[in-house]
Amino acid sequence: MAQEIWFVAEQRDGVLRKVSFEAASAARRLADESGASTAGILLGVGVAGEADKLGAYGADKVFVCEDEAVKNYATDAYTAVIAGLVQEHQPAMLLMSASVDGKDLASRLAARLGVGLAMDCVEYRLTDDKKLAAKRPIYAGKAMMDMVPLGTPQMATSRPNVLGLIQPDESKKPEVVTVPFAVDAAELKTKVVDVLKDTSGKIELTEADIIVSGGRGMKGPENYNILEEMAEVLGAAVGASRSAVDAGWRPHTDQVGQTGKVVSPNMYIACGISGAIQHLAGMSSSKVIVAVNKDEEAPIFQKADYGIVADLFEAVPVMTREFKKVLQS
Amino acid sequence: MEIVVCLKQVPDTETQIKIAASGKAIETGDIKWVMNPYDEFGVEEALQLKTKFGGSVTVVSVGPDRAVESLRTALAMGADKAVHVTADSAELDSLATASLLAAAIKDLPHDVIFCGQRAIDLDQAQVGAALAEKLGIPHVALVTKLEVAEDASKAKANRPVEGQTNVIEASLPALFTAQKGLNEPRYASLPGIMKAKRKPMDKKDAAALGVDVTSTREILALTPPPSRPPGKIIGGETAEEKAVELVRLLHEEAKVV
Repeated sequence: MAQEIWFVAEQRDGVLRKVSFEAASAARRLADESGASTAGILLGVGVAGEADKLGAYGADKVFVCEDEAVKNYATDAYTAVIAGLVQEHQPAMLLMSASVDGKDLASRLAARLGVGLAMDCVEYRLTDDKKLAAKRPIYAGKAMMDMVPLGTPQMATSRPNVLGLIQPDESKKPEVVTVPFAVDAAELKTKVVDVLKDTSGKIELTEADIIVSGGRGMKGPENYNILEEMAEVLGAAVGASRSAVDAGWRPHTDQVGQTGKVVSPNMYIACGISGAIQHLAGMSSSKVIVAVNKDEEAPIFQKADYGIVADLFEAVPVMTREFKKVLQS
Repeated sequence: MEIVVCLKQVPDTETQIKIAASGKAIETGDIKWVMNPYDEFGVEEALQLKTKFGGSVTVVSVGPDRAVESLRTALAMGADKAVHVTADSAELDSLATASLLAAAIKDLPHDVIFCGQRAIDLDQAQVGAALAEKLGIPHVALVTKLEVAEDASKAKANRPVEGQTNVIEASLPALFTAQKGLNEPRYASLPGIMKAKRKPMDKKDAAALGVDVTSTREILALTPPPSRPPGKIIGGETAEEKAVELVRLLHEEAKVV
């Protein structure tokens, strides 16, 4: 029987999140190499119409399960539905995003199924015998673990915005299989009773294409406005180092680093950040790292693709002005 | 209320990580070992629940002999008793660790169990959910606020996800994994440290627990992090010049803007 590589899609308010396409793309790449077929799992309410988008990113089949109980992510309901499907069909691999909900689901599912799970991976490949091998950062990125998750299915989650999307093909339509929701209410022991939306309009750091970040060199909370101005021009999110958060200048939700958020934007601009290893742990997956620091010995320059040794209070406004020019032309 | 807190001893975050000759483990000679920082939030939350509801706090750890130090720290913070499952934890994967913890915990009364949201050595975030699964109880991960109902039948936990915070209600007993922001862990006081020496420390040998610890992962290799090609320090006389050149390169060369 042909191998199947499965992935789990993620939706918010009935719309697929980008991480769903990353998971679909990862499955497709592996399947193309091994001669397998792919299938996605999509849970929600009124989401069947989104299945075609997964087909565009390479899903041969999409299992759709619609019920009020799975309208939004809920550990118990999602684990029960997906475990049931997996036990019935025995796919070779089950992939999902290492998003917040993805990690929660993967960790519970792997235990339910008794299989190996490679968490927060930055690379997937096939071994000689067509098994999944994965590389993941450990010790805050000071080392990498190259591992094979054992069991069937092999499970893995991928760090958002690292593995990349395949070129979508809108002409590819998946086979849609409707799955009834058949989970006993007694199994559902958790429920979402409230949602506190972040109404600040700020771009979520883990989803941002560009991040402008400030550290101890910002000297105080009142100075972050120069970063916010740059961020506005770039359509970027504003992050902070632990020093700035511990000093009370920025909220903990803005912290990038080992005990904050792990981000992987296309560009990370670090202003007045020395580059301690704990900070690097949070942004080393960034495609392009830019450092602005008046201390030429700052460790951040070892990791930056572009650096300027300069007073950020002079450099940042000039950068903003120049970014504006470039974006307007 | 009977509260159990799982904790792990890990290398301090300043530790230089050296890969051992085997290529599949790290050198442990020079390491300063500490309680996993996320587990400290669990211990603190447990102590606060005990203050509010009465009862006791038991701390549990799977690890080699040195793990006793972290258990003693928790006792010094105010936990009442410790259970040490002795094992070479570097050999154990998440499911095996969870199975050992479950075996140690299942016969202890437990209304609420805390784990750290992840351990900062292997950064996997797997044990908490796996332990809850093995005990057949619900879990909520990444908790930044916890409100246990007065009748202790359920609890509401705040769980931040991208762009919002979900408030999740779980029936007790339940397991919560602690995220930074849940509380400010207290320091162990000197009297606390003295009292800790006389608190019960129950030792169980992992092998004697009769648990299947077959690994579900094969470690092929531990390697140093990927190196980035060396970057450019942009020259110039003034900050203005450097900044202008930087943006030009980002636009024309890196094409990120």
